[in-house]
Amino acid sequence: MTGPSLATAAPRRGGGVLAPVALGVLVLVVWHVVVVAFAVPAFLLPTPLAIAQQFVAQFPVILSTSAVTGGNALVGLVAGFLIGLVLAVLAASSRLIAELTTPVVLAASAIPIVALAPVFTIMFGSTTEIARQLVVTVVVIVPVFVSAARGLRAVAPVHGDLMTSLAATPWQRARFVRLPGAVPYVMTGLRLAAPAAVIASVVAEYFGGLQNGLGSRITSAAANTAYARAWAFVVASIVLGLLFHLGGTLVERLVTRGRPA
Amino acid sequence: MSELASAKSTRSAVELGGVDKRFGDVQALSGIELTLDDGEFVSLIGPSGCGKSTLLRVVADLEQPTAGTVQVGGKPARQARLDQDYGIAFQQSGLLEWRTVAENVELPLHVHGVGKAERRARAAELLELVGLADFAGSRPAQLSGGMQQRVAIARALAPQPKLLLMDEPFGALDEMTRERMQAELLRIARESGAAVLFVTHSIPEAVVLSDRVVVMTPRPGRITEIVTGRRPGRADLEPDDVEDVRETAAFFTAVTAVREALRKGHG
Repeated sequence: MTGPSLATAAPRRGGGVLAPVALGVLVLVVWHVVVVAFAVPAFLLPTPLAIAQQFVAQFPVILSTSAVTGGNALVGLVAGFLIGLVLAVLAASSRLIAELTTPVVLAASAIPIVALAPVFTIMFGSTTEIARQLVVTVVVIVPVFVSAARGLRAVAPVHGDLMTSLAATPWQRARFVRLPGAVPYVMTGLRLAAPAAVIASVVAEYFGGLQNGLGSRITSAAANTAYARAWAFVVASIVLGLLFHLGGTLVERLVTRGRPA
Repeated sequence: MSELASAKSTRSAVELGGVDKRFGDVQALSGIELTLDDGEFVSLIGPSGCGKSTLLRVVADLEQPTAGTVQVGGKPARQARLDQDYGIAFQQSGLLEWRTVAENVELPLHVHGVGKAERRARAAELLELVGLADFAGSRPAQLSGGMQQRVAIARALAPQPKLLLMDEPFGALDEMTRERMQAELLRIARESGAAVLFVTHSIPEAVVLSDRVVVMTPRPGRITEIVTGRRPGRADLEPDDVEDVRETAAFFTAVTAVREALRKGHG
């Protein structure tokens, strides 16, 4: 009975990928033409072609620096995820802990990461990755804590009544309803935190320490007037951020599989 | 199951004496006196705000009465809840979407520490009873609304309760599904021998299902009349007869009586 409307809806799916790709190509072409036609100086904006050439020339370096920056992002992401989750569970289980932790974590969300990076570098020394991983951890804790805490509070009234009618203990309520019910919220927090971890990892490198990551390569290339090279590392950072975003989305999909959207 | 049905004790399933319930300035229930016999099917009917759901929640010990006594199976309501003496189904199925259908049915047993093998066996038996044996491994989201509600009823029956509390469980279903569910509920109630307290705002539904229909009026919520339902003294009624019941003179008489009682309450 609903055949015709379904049939017309089906062929539109391909447009979902094609449209943004076409737009991206168009932007690159216009970019190139504008830079060449108006003779824009390279320190303002190099051509996409020059950036691509640098990307290829620097590819081995890009791989090794991406591994360092990505590694820091991953360590911080995992640590921040676990800490944020544990804090949210503690906050949900005790009013006292909730009143102690919630304002502190929310205040942490107001900390500009630029303010932390140099301080951590001095605290932990400029020859370790710990300072950078710590910056990422702080950045990740907040979205994970906020969304996990919301999920742990969001118990449907009917589920609350059901567990009361079953005379469930507080631990049984947590185990059967609150914790599994919070999983989609926790996963949303992880998905939001994953690309933010890469941003934090790159930016943390702007403030000294080892010169082995994408962020430090961007600053040193720019300082040496190698603008196209700086842009090539920026592109690598974007790719790394996208990879983390995809990874977060994939984990979210896998964990919440079988649930209604 | 059959021994449950035949064990007719003199002890009543529910006994309410002078129950009042206030929410702030609102008198939700006033002077409720009601007794359910073992195995009896009683419906609560009335307009919105008459306190029928509140009354059910008081029996379930989900709300505390402001005054009066509530006995469930001869125990205070709180003790009956702690002993898992009743099963309850709400207007929403309230299934846990991350558990399979079988795991949802097992939930009451899981909470009460019944072993895994026994839970599995009981869930299989109950899903057979509600006609969903093939869906044991499915997720609730894969089922229709009517099927979800049947899972919720199977869950309510899991601890073999002597009392089933149902708060408009078929309210969200379409008319055809609803009539089929009514027939199934009667069969289930008879096979399990449980007394049923059933909240509805459908007059035909109350009459078809019940031994007695309790008519309530709002502001304050109280019982104005108790009408005999479609099966006085016919606990043996076959589910197939449910269709025929709708055609009988007794059915129309009872429907008219309930309608009159509701109108009187409004006047």
